[in-house]
Amino acid sequence: MRDVNNLNKLRKIIGRHKRWDLLFMITGIIALMIAILTFIALFSQMLIDGMPRLSWDFFTSFPSRRPEAAGILSAWVGTTLVMLVTAVSAVPLGIGAGVYLEEYAPKNLFTEIIEINVTNLAGVPSIIYGLLALGLFVYQLGFGQSILAAGLALALLILPVVIVATREAIRAIPIAIREGAYALGATKWQTVSDHLLPYSSAGILTGIIIGLARAIGETAPIITIGALTFIAFLPPPPITEEFPYISFEWLTAPFTVMPIQMFNWVSRPEEAFQLNAAAAGLVLVVMTLTMNGLAIYLRYRMRKNIKW
Amino acid sequence: MQNSEESNEYKSAVKNLSFYYGTFNALKNIDMVLHDKKITALIGPSGCGKSTFLRCFNRMHDLYPGNRYEGDIILYPDNVNILQPKVDPIEVRMRISMVFQKPNPFPKSIYENVAYGLRVRGIKQRAILDEKIEDALRNAALWDEVKDRLNDLAFNLSGGQQQRLCIARALATDPEILLFDEPTSALDPIATASIEELIADLKDKVTILIVTHNMQQAARVSDYTAYMYLGELIEFDETDTIFIKPKNKQTEDYITGRFG
Amino acid sequence: MSKDLPRDKNYVGKLGYSYRRNLHERFIESILFLSALLSVFIMLAIIVMLVKESIVFFQHVSIWEFLTDTQWTPLFDDAHYGILPLVAGTVVSSLVALCVALPLGTIIAIYLSEFAPFAVREVAKPFLELLGGIPTVVYGYFALLFVTPLLQIIFPELPGFSLLSAGLVMGIMIIPYVSSMTEDAMRAVPMHLREGSYAMGATRFQTAIRVVTPAAFSGIAAAYILGISRAVGETMVVAIAAGMQPNLTWNPMEPAATITAYIVQVSLGDLPHGSLGYQTIFAAGLTLLLITLVFNIIGHLLRKRYREIY
Repeated sequence: MRDVNNLNKLRKIIGRHKRWDLLFMITGIIALMIAILTFIALFSQMLIDGMPRLSWDFFTSFPSRRPEAAGILSAWVGTTLVMLVTAVSAVPLGIGAGVYLEEYAPKNLFTEIIEINVTNLAGVPSIIYGLLALGLFVYQLGFGQSILAAGLALALLILPVVIVATREAIRAIPIAIREGAYALGATKWQTVSDHLLPYSSAGILTGIIIGLARAIGETAPIITIGALTFIAFLPPPPITEEFPYISFEWLTAPFTVMPIQMFNWVSRPEEAFQLNAAAAGLVLVVMTLTMNGLAIYLRYRMRKNIKW
Repeated sequence: MQNSEESNEYKSAVKNLSFYYGTFNALKNIDMVLHDKKITALIGPSGCGKSTFLRCFNRMHDLYPGNRYEGDIILYPDNVNILQPKVDPIEVRMRISMVFQKPNPFPKSIYENVAYGLRVRGIKQRAILDEKIEDALRNAALWDEVKDRLNDLAFNLSGGQQQRLCIARALATDPEILLFDEPTSALDPIATASIEELIADLKDKVTILIVTHNMQQAARVSDYTAYMYLGELIEFDETDTIFIKPKNKQTEDYITGRFG
Repeated sequence: MSKDLPRDKNYVGKLGYSYRRNLHERFIESILFLSALLSVFIMLAIIVMLVKESIVFFQHVSIWEFLTDTQWTPLFDDAHYGILPLVAGTVVSSLVALCVALPLGTIIAIYLSEFAPFAVREVAKPFLELLGGIPTVVYGYFALLFVTPLLQIIFPELPGFSLLSAGLVMGIMIIPYVSSMTEDAMRAVPMHLREGSYAMGATRFQTAIRVVTPAAFSGIAAAYILGISRAVGETMVVAIAAGMQPNLTWNPMEPAATITAYIVQVSLGDLPHGSLGYQTIFAAGLTLLLITLVFNIIGHLLRKRYREIY
C-alpha cells in the first residue's frame, strides 16, 4: 500500500513534468508568434512604403525612368495573359493525368515510375523549369522570349500541384459511388465524367487556384527565359476588328509580369524605385493572398458540406 | 470520513455518476463499487456505455474537449473524488493503469515499452528498471518468451504477445486499479485464453475492472458483474448471482440471449 | 435440338461488346494516359536539356577544374569555372535558413498537433498556409529592405548584401513547409498510441517527445529533407538580398552568390545563345538538379515508409 510520503514524491515529480508542459506551450506560442510577427512586419513595411504610390495612375501607366510616373500597366496585363496560357495548358493536362493515375492506371512498374516522377517534379526548383523553358521553348521550338514560352514554363511548374489535387479529390469519393454507376451500365469514362469529376470539382478547383497563385508569384523561371524588364507597350489585343476577329499574335509578344517588375525596381539603387517595388509587392501579395484565401475557404466549405 | 471497514473492502465507489459527450448523455446516474483485489466485469450490448464508464476511472475523457463528468468516483483509501477538476488526471492515471482494446505498444523496444511508465515517473537507474521490468514481464507471463530479445521492436511480437506486453507495461508501475477495455476482442481464441488466465492470476495483486463483450469471459474471470444498457447500470451483483439468478428481467434476457 | 439453347457456345447476341463504345473508351483512355506520360517527358526534357548544354560546356572546361577551382568568374577575361564558390554560397545560405526553419517548424508542428486547442489550430494552419503562399520576390524585398537594416543595428559591420539576412528570411519562408509536413506526420500517428501513453500518466510533453515524435520519425525526417531541398533551390531571396558576386566564403556575414543567384545574374545579362557563358548556367543548373534530386528521392522514400506503417 502506498504511504503519504510516496504520494507526495509522486506529486512533486508530476509537478516538475508539468512545468515542462507549460514551458513547451510557451515556446510553441513564441514560435508561432515569430511567424505571425514576420508576416505583420512584411505586410506593414510594404503598406507604409507602397500605399502612397497606389493610385489609379499606378495601374494605368507604363514603367518609366522617372519613378513617380512609373506604373504596372504592362506588368499586370502580362501577368494576366501569362496566367491564361498557364491555366489553359496546365488544367486539362493536370486533371487528365490525375484521373488516369487514380482511376485507369494498372498497378505496374510503369505507373509507379510515373507516380515517383510526379512527386519528383514537384520538388524540382523552379529555376530549373526556367532553364528547360529557355532551352526548349525559347530556342528549340523558337517561341522566343514570349508570353507563350513563359505561360508554358509556369504550366509545367504547377502541373504536379494540379495532378496531386485531382488525385486526392477523386480518391476521397467512396467506392460505392463508382459501383453505383457501373451497376447502372455506365462505362468507365461515363463514371468519371458524370460522377467522379463533378463530385471532386471543388477539390480540383482548390488545387488549381493554389497552383495559379504560386505561378503568379514565380519570378525565377521567367527571369531565366530572359523576359525583358522594361516594357513600355502592350501586347497586341486578342480581339481584332477584322475577320476572324480573334488574334493569337499576343502569344508571341514580348512581355513583363508583376514579380519581374517588382524585382526590377527592388534592384534599383534609388529609393524612389524601391517605393514602387513596395507598391507592386503589395498588389502581388494581395493577389496571392486572395487566391490562397479563396482556396482555403473552398476547402473549408467542402469539408463542412460533404461528408461521405 | 468513511469507516475503516468500508475503505478496506472497497477500492472505489461510484456515486451518481453521469457523463456527457457534448450534449449527449452517455452515462446516467450510475452507482456502483469496486471491491478491493477483486475482478469486476462490465457487460452489455455495444453502445451501452461500458467503455465510456471504464474511461472515467482514469479520466481519459479529459483528453478531448466538450466532455463533462457529473457525480463522484471515490478512490480509497484516500477517500478522494477523482473526478474533481482539482484532481490531476495525470496522478490518477499513474495510480490507475489501463489496457486497451487493440494492443497498442509504442514503436520502441520491448524493454522500453515496459520501462515507459517508470521513465515517465522519472526513474532512470538501470538496476531498478531492470528489476521492475523483469517482474512486470513475469507477472504478464511474457518473460520467458522475450527475455532474450528485450531490445527487439515491440511491433515484431504476435498480437497476443503485444497485448501481454501492454499488460506488463501497465503492471510495471504497481497500479492500484487495472482497467481492461475488451482486452481480447482483437485476439484469436488461444491468445484470449492466455490473457484470461493472466487476468485471473492478477487479482491477488490489483483491483481489476474489465469491459467485455463476451459474457462467457465475464462469467469465467470475474467476481462481480455489472450489466449496463443505454448508459444505465441495470444490475450489479456477484457474478454467480448475475448469471444464475439475476433479479432484473432485462439482465436475464441479455444473459440468456433473448435480447434483440 | 432445343430452340431455347444458343446455337453455339460462343453466341452472345446483343450482349457482345459494342465496337463503337469500346473504341470511344479506348480513345479517351489514351488521351488520359498521354497526359500522365507527359510528366515523364518533362523530367526527361529537363535532364536532356541540362545534360546537352553541359556536355558542350565540359568540352571546354574539365570536370576536374569545375569541381576544384576556387573561382567562378566565367564572364571575366580571366575566366575561371570553379563551382565551389557557388556551392559554398548555397550551403551557407541553406544552413542559416535551416537553423531557423527546422527548429521553429518542428516546434510549431508539435505545438499545433499535440498542444494547441482546436480553435488555435483552425486559425493557425490556414494562416501558415497563406504565409507559405507569399511570392518569394516579396520575401527578397523584405530581406533586403527590412531585415538587413534591422540586423545592421545589431551587427554594424554587416554589408548591405549578406547570406545571413537572405538565409534568415528564407528560413522563415520555409517554416510553413516544414511545419505542415511535420504536423501531417504527427497526425498520422494513431490516437491509440497517444492514449496508451496518457493512460500511463504521461504529460503532453512526455507523450509528444517520447511517443509521437519517435513514431512519426520517418515522416519528420522527410519533412526536414524536403525542407533542405527547398532551401537549396530557392532563388529570389538570395538573388536580391545576398548579392550576386561569387565569393568562396563560409562566413554568413559576407555577400556571396548561390547557384541559383548566378543563373539569375546571367539571365539578366545579354549572353548570346550558344556562348560558353550561356552554357555555364546549364552546368550550374545540372549541379543544382542533382543535389535537389538526391534530397527529394530520400525524402519521398521516407515519406512512403511512414505512410506504410500506419
